[in-house]
Amino acid sequence: MDNSIDTIMVLLVLMNLMLLGLSSLGTCIRVVAAQGITLGILPLVIHGGIFDIRLTLFSAAIVGLKGIVFPLLLSWAMRDVNAQREVEPFIGYGKSVIAGPLALAVCMWLGSRLPLPLDIVSPMVMPVAFFTIMCGLFLIVSRKKALSQVLGYIVLENGIYTFGMVLAEKQPLLVELGILLDVFVAVFVMGIVIFHINREFDHIDTDRLSSLRS
Amino acid sequence: MNLISIANSVLAVLLAPLMFGIINRTKAVFAGRTGQPLLQAYYDISKLFQKGAVYSNTTTWVFRAGPIVGFAAVLAATVFVPFGGLPALFAFKGDFVVMVYFLGLARFMTVLSALDTGSSFEGMGASREVTFSALAEPSFLIGLAAIAKYTGHISLSPMLAGINAASWGHAAPALALIGLAFFVVLLAENCRIPVDDPNTHLELTMIHEVMVLDHSGPDLGFIIYSSTLKLWLLGSVLIGIIVPVHSGIFLLDTVSSLLGMLGLAVVIGIIESTMARLRLLHVPQLLLGATALSILALVLVLR
Amino acid sequence: MIPALILVPIVAAALSLIIRHDNLRRVLFVSAALTHSGLTFVAWSCTPEAILNGWLMLDAPGLLFLSITSVLFLAASFYAVGYLNFEKKQEKQDFEDGSFFTNTPEAIFIACLLAFLATMTIVTVSQHLGLLWVAMEATTLATAPLIYFHRHHRSLEATWKYLLICSVGIAIALLGNFFLAVAASKTGGQDTRLLLSDLIQQGNTLNVPWLRAAFLFFLVGYGTKMGLAPLHTWLPDAHSESPSIVSALLSGALLNCAFLAILRSHQVLSAAGQSEFSSSLLIVFGLISIIWAAVFILGQTDYKRMLAYSSVEHMGILALGVGVSGAAAFGAMLHVVNHSLTKGMLFFVAGNILAAYKTKASKDVRGIIGIIPASGVLWLAGFAAIVGLPPFGIFLSEFTIAKAMFEQHRTGIAIAYLAVLALIFISMSRIFLNMAQGKAPQGIPAQAGSETIFNILPPALLGVTTLIFGLYIPPFMNTALHEVAKAIGGF
Repeated sequence: MDNSIDTIMVLLVLMNLMLLGLSSLGTCIRVVAAQGITLGILPLVIHGGIFDIRLTLFSAAIVGLKGIVFPLLLSWAMRDVNAQREVEPFIGYGKSVIAGPLALAVCMWLGSRLPLPLDIVSPMVMPVAFFTIMCGLFLIVSRKKALSQVLGYIVLENGIYTFGMVLAEKQPLLVELGILLDVFVAVFVMGIVIFHINREFDHIDTDRLSSLRS
Repeated sequence: MNLISIANSVLAVLLAPLMFGIINRTKAVFAGRTGQPLLQAYYDISKLFQKGAVYSNTTTWVFRAGPIVGFAAVLAATVFVPFGGLPALFAFKGDFVVMVYFLGLARFMTVLSALDTGSSFEGMGASREVTFSALAEPSFLIGLAAIAKYTGHISLSPMLAGINAASWGHAAPALALIGLAFFVVLLAENCRIPVDDPNTHLELTMIHEVMVLDHSGPDLGFIIYSSTLKLWLLGSVLIGIIVPVHSGIFLLDTVSSLLGMLGLAVVIGIIESTMARLRLLHVPQLLLGATALSILALVLVLR
Repeated sequence: MIPALILVPIVAAALSLIIRHDNLRRVLFVSAALTHSGLTFVAWSCTPEAILNGWLMLDAPGLLFLSITSVLFLAASFYAVGYLNFEKKQEKQDFEDGSFFTNTPEAIFIACLLAFLATMTIVTVSQHLGLLWVAMEATTLATAPLIYFHRHHRSLEATWKYLLICSVGIAIALLGNFFLAVAASKTGGQDTRLLLSDLIQQGNTLNVPWLRAAFLFFLVGYGTKMGLAPLHTWLPDAHSESPSIVSALLSGALLNCAFLAILRSHQVLSAAGQSEFSSSLLIVFGLISIIWAAVFILGQTDYKRMLAYSSVEHMGILALGVGVSGAAAFGAMLHVVNHSLTKGMLFFVAGNILAAYKTKASKDVRGIIGIIPASGVLWLAGFAAIVGLPPFGIFLSEFTIAKAMFEQHRTGIAIAYLAVLALIFISMSRIFLNMAQGKAPQGIPAQAGSETIFNILPPALLGVTTLIFGLYIPPFMNTALHEVAKAIGGF
């Protein structure tokens, strides 16, 4: 079972690296969708692969939302605002891709510094969760398009969700529902706002949103 | 030292050109053509060896030495790589670094002889070759370091012998990452699509082919031969990782490795038929991605 | 009682979406605000019982913050009636760049305001930190449409920044919740629930490194929402671009709610014997906020942004007061009350000024006293109150905090604090006095008629209240404030 969790964790890391290095927004949305589906499988394997109706339903909900609904909403927004790719991010793709594994190494170190007081499923989960959170934050600050920032936000949420899975059996469902609600509404509202930004400005470059200063 | 292991080098010399044949046949099948004979590379090489060579007045001995030294270096590198049931002829601590630098020497000589012609096209090809191999090398070495850490050996034969079906059972992610990184390195080092197109003859886009434009006759034969050998060499390292059959039965191990090489050639053929060459600007990204995969694998085995 | 507090605004919000008649909707709006404050008032005399296994309960800090929110909302609802009357419904021209824009429909605006009240009420009554987090996230969603009331590109920019920055902040706070859950989990045996009372009771069994990390995430996450520098970047934009009534509620109520969330986590850390760690962090963030705000107030040319930075400053003072603790905790709680009242008053008056002068640049505003006399007087009074001149309440609370610093021999912090306050006093007096005095620029019609009971009475009452608190603190409030101060580790 250890191997299947590790495989999922490595897949998550690889998807994060892809997001750091890809410029096509459409591909990025597909990668985020794949990440959502991968995360949806996580609850099924993380607690020893025992069949449990609550976890199965939860997993189905995650796959449906993160894997299907959000990507559809985002690609709808992308088509609507007619933005194909992220041009000239603040930090280049090559640098981002190399920074990725280094950040992962830092997260591994952090993970070893803060040992979980729980009987943990896999020592990979915590560092990968941190890494995903860092990637999400990085995407938010280094990309210019509003759509990429929303993607970064979803990646950030995915990281927090990964961390939350460690606690899935410890704390009641509330926490998980909180994440779903949060992401759902955030994407929904942000989608509307992107639409409005586009209508007002004819672009979704947030770095050009700079009339408000000091 | 195991004298019988010289069979590895003999096998490489005998079978390496066949890889080209298989790749070309796969591409032909995909394109719906009959294609060249499987042994076309052998015919080409023997034809070239029978011809005379033409040398430009502006070139020096470096130009003549390049192909021969390059071939010799790649041939020498084959003695460090185990294949199938046989360990490598030479095995000592850190031999994989020697292997990598024999390949480096071969590339260095090719680049020198390309520069020696004084042609601007060849100089451009040389600069591209050097750039891309500089980006590919970290990926290869870090990947090897990860395997060394995983198996606890720093010699290529025990390193590859240390990987077996059981290691895929509990370290599958790391090994898969290394395999993927090595595959990208293999494509880049051997100038295959998506890094370089071995069929193109437009000087502006070529990398490897443009460097050897001025070579003719036996020199060109050596160059083609050494590039097939290089493919074989890197392929056998890759196959050592992804087809780790160590049953102890010599025949079974060797046959499975040979089948692995056959599969590898087919996969390369499929990639060449389905993908387009990347824009030159995107090649570094691909290689950096491969480096990232290797680092990730190293991080995974280090924890 | 608690369900009523939450349900009244929610039901009213739903109704206001259905009702088609403007005046009827406004009556409903004001009466919902009145009912809410009435219920809050009753809660002072008889403590409402806890519901949902103690997840929702009104303790002393909750009651204090609920009352502030409720009073400010009541004032805002009166002010809103006048404001919505004044706002034209048709497409109109932006006075800064001349582009055309429309307003969000009034029904949606009022519904969002009521939903905002409901979510803030949940923040104040929730005892479960997970629920508190959900409510905080809900406040973000409820306020985003409010900031985007004037549908032009500047308010859109502000809304985007607000949504993105606060969503990230709230996501980080969620991580803090998870860390807290890890700190509360035990190998073998029952885990501690994330209920405040349970956490405080079993404080010494919590895992310390994880608890500290959790507080750090709470401080950064909720601190973003509260507007602690350097996480405050959404705040000036959102405050300057939203309608003044929304700015008043953001500044006087929403920031407080985020502060309450930080206080809750501070309570948990204190119970675990880690109050030194959290206090020092609060002091650092508080000082940074005050200094940062002072620097930006110094060169400020936009009076609404100036008020927004003043909010950053006062949030810094609150963090500083709680961090210094002791008697300063009482001072900080008094300061919460006074700041909300004063800032609400100032934003209301700023709305009147904006309506009369149609500019937010402070250099183009002259002679308020001559054009709109009542607002001019209130503007000056608000100035005296916000910079902490006696006899207004803020003087008392800032003085209490400074005194506590000296008593605890934190002279360095005290001197920095007083020096920055003096700097802010100077830069603010330049802006405020220039706006109030002098000769009004040409082309401003004498609009004495634009001053109605709706836009003068609410700020005036808020100002009088903070004046009273500066002179005399009623005994029931005194005990309540002391009780809150005790809960957060002071006296």
